[in-house]
Amino acid sequence: MNTPTPTPAAPLLQVRAMNHSYGDVVALAGIDLEIADNEFFALLGPSGCGKTTLLRSIAGFETPTSGEILLDGADLTAMPAHKRPVNMMFQSYALFPHMTVEANVAYGLESEGVGKAEVKRRVAETLDTVGLASFAKRRPAKLSGGQRQRVALARAIIKRPRLLLLDEPLSALDRKVRAEMQLELKRLQHEVGMTFVVVTHDQEEAMSMADRVAVLNRGSLEQLDTPEGLYSRPATRFVADFIGTANLLDGTVTTDGFAAPGWPLLAVVSALPVGAAGTAVLRPEDVAIVAEGAGLVDGVVVDAFFLGGSSTLSIEVPGLGRPVTATVHAASTARRGDRVGLRIDQSRVVVVPDDRGPVASAVSEKAAVPSSAQAAS
Amino acid sequence: MPKLGLLRLPLWLTYVFLYLPILVVVILSFNDSESLFVWKGFSLRWYPELFADSAVMAGLRNTVIVATTATVLATVLGTLMAVGIHRYTKGGLVRAFAIAPALLPDLLLGIGILSVFSLLGLTLGLHSVIMAHTVFAMAFVTAIVLARLAHLDPSLEEASRDLGATASRTFFRVTLPQLAPGIVAGALLAFTLSLDEFVIAFFTSAPTTPTLPITIYSMVRFGVTPEINALATVLLLVSVVTVIGAQRLTRTTDTTRTTDTTEAP
Repeated sequence: MNTPTPTPAAPLLQVRAMNHSYGDVVALAGIDLEIADNEFFALLGPSGCGKTTLLRSIAGFETPTSGEILLDGADLTAMPAHKRPVNMMFQSYALFPHMTVEANVAYGLESEGVGKAEVKRRVAETLDTVGLASFAKRRPAKLSGGQRQRVALARAIIKRPRLLLLDEPLSALDRKVRAEMQLELKRLQHEVGMTFVVVTHDQEEAMSMADRVAVLNRGSLEQLDTPEGLYSRPATRFVADFIGTANLLDGTVTTDGFAAPGWPLLAVVSALPVGAAGTAVLRPEDVAIVAEGAGLVDGVVVDAFFLGGSSTLSIEVPGLGRPVTATVHAASTARRGDRVGLRIDQSRVVVVPDDRGPVASAVSEKAAVPSSAQAAS
Repeated sequence: MPKLGLLRLPLWLTYVFLYLPILVVVILSFNDSESLFVWKGFSLRWYPELFADSAVMAGLRNTVIVATTATVLATVLGTLMAVGIHRYTKGGLVRAFAIAPALLPDLLLGIGILSVFSLLGLTLGLHSVIMAHTVFAMAFVTAIVLARLAHLDPSLEEASRDLGATASRTFFRVTLPQLAPGIVAGALLAFTLSLDEFVIAFFTSAPTTPTLPITIYSMVRFGVTPEINALATVLLLVSVVTVIGAQRLTRTTDTTRTTDTTEAP
């Protein structure tokens, strides 16, 4: 090569081989991830998965047991929280109750020693950005939940941090305001041109807002991908189950497909070795309802929910432990008790390793309880 | 509210029981008689006489010096103690020992402090009373500030650090204002406790520097004169004014945080 290839832009934030434990409890194990400049990044997982610990480590409130956090290539790990060019929006918002909105927002600049006139100008500008210019003199206690959230946001972005961390930013809001704020956050991220890292347990929230999502479970990174990628190409059984709804068919990879008990051989391609235990992920919208005998398997509709634009059906297939969920457009013609056939878009089925380990037995035990109870009664 | 009628009688009787003695003292302070119990007519003569009494004035001066100094020391130390305990200890033992002096019998503290002073060969005086009062008043301040800290959102301090404030700026701009109502309440309690504290002061003061309660005690031993009543009335006035004043103060700091009505222009 004669012309040097331009080196790809270095990632804004790099987390390398990070481990964190509280005594014997491992909160994070071997986390490696990179966040690009201007990205809207989400850390998603159930409570206790370590996402908040990771966020707090980036902010500087936790010191990782081992590993590195690099911002623009410089090691942050040993830098105290108040020196990091990173700001955080707290889950409780943590607005200073004894200060006005204005004073809350000005706090960060004043701590930096920015001049009075400059502070005044930027506070006005930032309050304008979040649409709270007329509330400058109020105290946080006199604001609604949504307004408080905007103040918290204004306070966190006024220093124009390299990275804005948001801890469950929408969890304290009611449903309607939450939807508004989702759009608002997205708009703001574009407007201020800042990298956002959001922690959330709500997969819909992560999927609708983020450019890329890191799914965490029990302190480990399960998968890092775009929302579309997570949905259509889940890498693990956990991700397939956690993101959206999925029919999970546990079975074995064979030479010409995937064998799951109760199903004919599925013609799906998988990267897993032949004979490996796997789980086929079948999304409800890839299951079509056809006449009995015309599909891959037959079953009985046990439940049908009309949701407006679409309907969700539960179909019990003999030999399967769990009913199959199917989504059809508009109102379904099938009623509860109807016998139907199920056609499956096999090209869209993904096989992931069955990595449940000891959990698998726990689940099957749990599943066995109702049947034995039925037998007893 | 339901009408209780006669059922309110116990309440009124309790109030009579509580406040009749105080009322009697106040009324008798205006008695124009040398005797305590014979009403001769209204007079203000005991008040000028009180302020002309050099023993009383010396006691008052000593008490004011002790109470204000001990309050300042106890408030500062107690607040720092509470913040330290809250931040760096987990178990209840440290906490229990910090608050214990407030619950221990005064007699024990008085004798104990006196013993330590004589063991160390230190002279007694106002300074020893100040130290002794600081010890027990500090325990009250610590207890009240700790209670306030327990309700404080820990992410407030983190938010301050996150916004670039140093530890000391965080303490003075965020932590301290949040604790202010507790600190004021603690200081007030410390002041009023020290003002009329007798047992500990009796053990730790020098005969040449009696505090007001000790002065009064020695006056009473030679019979109560109406002058004592006037003094008691003055003290009552001081206490009431301090309590009301401090309550106003905590209320305004509290309302500014919850129900501030300042509207945007």
